[in-house]
Amino acid sequence: MSILIDNNTRVICQGFTGKQGTFHSEQALAYGTKLVGGVTPGRGGSTHLELPVFDTVQQGVQATGATASMIYVPPFFAADAILEAVDAGIRLIVCITEGIPVLQMLRVKAAMQGSGALLVGPNCPGVITPGQCKIGIMPGHIHTPGKIGIVSRSGTLTYEAVHQTTRQGLGQSTCVGIGGDPIHGMNFIDVLSRFQDDPQTEGIVMVGEIGGSDEEQAAEFIKAHVSKPVVGYIAGQTAPPGKRMGHAGAIVTGGAGTAAGKIAAMAAAGVQMVSSPSDIGAAMRGCF
Amino acid sequence: MNIHEYQAKQLFREFAIPVPQGGVADTAALAEQLAHSLPGQAWVVKAQIHAGARGKAGGVKLAGNAREVSEYAAGMLGSRLVTHQTDANGLPVNCVWVEEASAIKNEFYLSLLIDRDSERLIFIASAAGGMDIEAVAAETPEKIVHVKIHPASGLQPYHCRQVAAALSLAKEQQSQLQNIMTGVYELFLAKDCSQIEINPLIETADGRLVALDAKINFDDNAVALHPEIAALRDASQEDAKEAEAKQFDLNYITLDGNIGCMVNGAGLAMATMDMVKLKGGAPANFLDVGGGTNKDKVKAAFKLILSDGTTKAVLVNIFGGIVKCDVIAAGILAAVEEMHLSIPVVVRLEGTNVELGLSMLAQSGLGLHTAEDLNSAAELVVKLAEKAV
Repeated sequence: MSILIDNNTRVICQGFTGKQGTFHSEQALAYGTKLVGGVTPGRGGSTHLELPVFDTVQQGVQATGATASMIYVPPFFAADAILEAVDAGIRLIVCITEGIPVLQMLRVKAAMQGSGALLVGPNCPGVITPGQCKIGIMPGHIHTPGKIGIVSRSGTLTYEAVHQTTRQGLGQSTCVGIGGDPIHGMNFIDVLSRFQDDPQTEGIVMVGEIGGSDEEQAAEFIKAHVSKPVVGYIAGQTAPPGKRMGHAGAIVTGGAGTAAGKIAAMAAAGVQMVSSPSDIGAAMRGCF
Repeated sequence: MNIHEYQAKQLFREFAIPVPQGGVADTAALAEQLAHSLPGQAWVVKAQIHAGARGKAGGVKLAGNAREVSEYAAGMLGSRLVTHQTDANGLPVNCVWVEEASAIKNEFYLSLLIDRDSERLIFIASAAGGMDIEAVAAETPEKIVHVKIHPASGLQPYHCRQVAAALSLAKEQQSQLQNIMTGVYELFLAKDCSQIEINPLIETADGRLVALDAKINFDDNAVALHPEIAALRDASQEDAKEAEAKQFDLNYITLDGNIGCMVNGAGLAMATMDMVKLKGGAPANFLDVGGGTNKDKVKAAFKLILSDGTTKAVLVNIFGGIVKCDVIAAGILAAVEEMHLSIPVVVRLEGTNVELGLSMLAQSGLGLHTAEDLNSAAELVVKLAEKAV
């Protein structure tokens, strides 16, 4: 078992024929992802990477039975792409695009309510179930099938956690990058609850950063509902207030969203916190 | 992106939010002329910088006649104003805003921003205007009202009635408040703002609600959609290095330490700064060179880090994923060789082909230090920086 995706997940790519879409579709295919086609408006009827191209997501879903989509369209087109996927009945939408205006995401999230579709991202590395399905920009070969679920707001910090759990012989069940934007799809709790219910997942790595209160809410959830060991790390202890640290969502405002507050909340919930990301793998190993 | 008060007040006028009559001047003579042409018996001279808390720092003066307006303007123009929201160098005052003085009966606070938790726009209002709202929130949270707006409904009259009730406004002011909140809401959506703050919103002696101050921030992700907003950018108010970094597609933030950091990924970059601090050092910057990096980016990053001469050592921390470590090592070597670096550089590489990458660095003869993990890399760079001081 795994969460969200496996080797039966049929995936289409929105922004399929663009530079990013092409590169990461090739990588996904090489990894074994069941990529069944792509969407580029105006290019319908042609083929790309030996797969069919459709004008609309709806056509793509009808022709291929796709249930998941990965989005590599430019930022000002991404809100439209997400909502098109929702309307076409896609169940899991992974939006890699960085730089979507916040007000557009606010409307997207409100419009998605009640649809039942899951959104991962935007501004995220994506989702991978090692050995089965890769939807995103993460380097596939550092992953290995195993028992650790990883959830993170940061790309390269996720890779650190993956690399270390691979080297510790633990491997990963599924890794989910929820993204660095202030308004985003799945949050920590949405992923943690699935890891808790997933028999393959025996331990969880949670990587957060400054800004917002997702980590504090996740800590409450862990305290009440997660029985599996959780190793945690929070980035941004030295970040000056009021400055966006790369990610649009990584900002301390009015004394809220600080690393210290998040670390304290997670530690109080029984999460084993590490002060260096280099220690994630060893700390997780120590739980078994 | 930030803009000046005078620009924000211009936008307020476009959206029918009342502001005092005023004008902007970049010379003392022009400021004096403004005083003659504006209504009123007294005028306020306000230094225009991208920071608040100007009043306590001497950046807001009340003048009783046109000559005083000229004197105050002359004192501010060309100076650097240091407030508790700026760094020790302050920000340059290149223009002043001169407006008619207002007879204040009551001061309120009104702002509109994005609430991440509820994913709604949220009005925040308080009867304790003119004060630091964060202090009010900490000490007397009951004096603050929050009103969330669903994107499907938009702003409704009852939202405004809630705020009016919280501010104990009389009937005449309630309709004025509704007009102001409508203007603020429409401006926020039309221009992709991230925050609009009116502090204080005043009731004048003759019962008018007026925005005495105006602060607007814009969503950086959306500025490209609004060329008229992009044109309001004032580079003199921004950190020169941060502006230069943008041209190279680098995420850079200046800090006050002496250990330069070059990292791929925002999260890992923050983690690297944290580790430097944890080991007793002080990071000179936040720098995210992006997921895939190359020689030109590394060179541009080194230039930025070294440009002000205060950096004593550099820590490069790269996780090679899709871009393999040997390719990254080659980029670092080429950049270091071309730039004839004279300060110690510690490189921590991890990921694909890491052994090959590290051996390339070790055998280069360029005196680069390598480290196995982030702990030891941070420890080493702090030690080297201390020696260099």
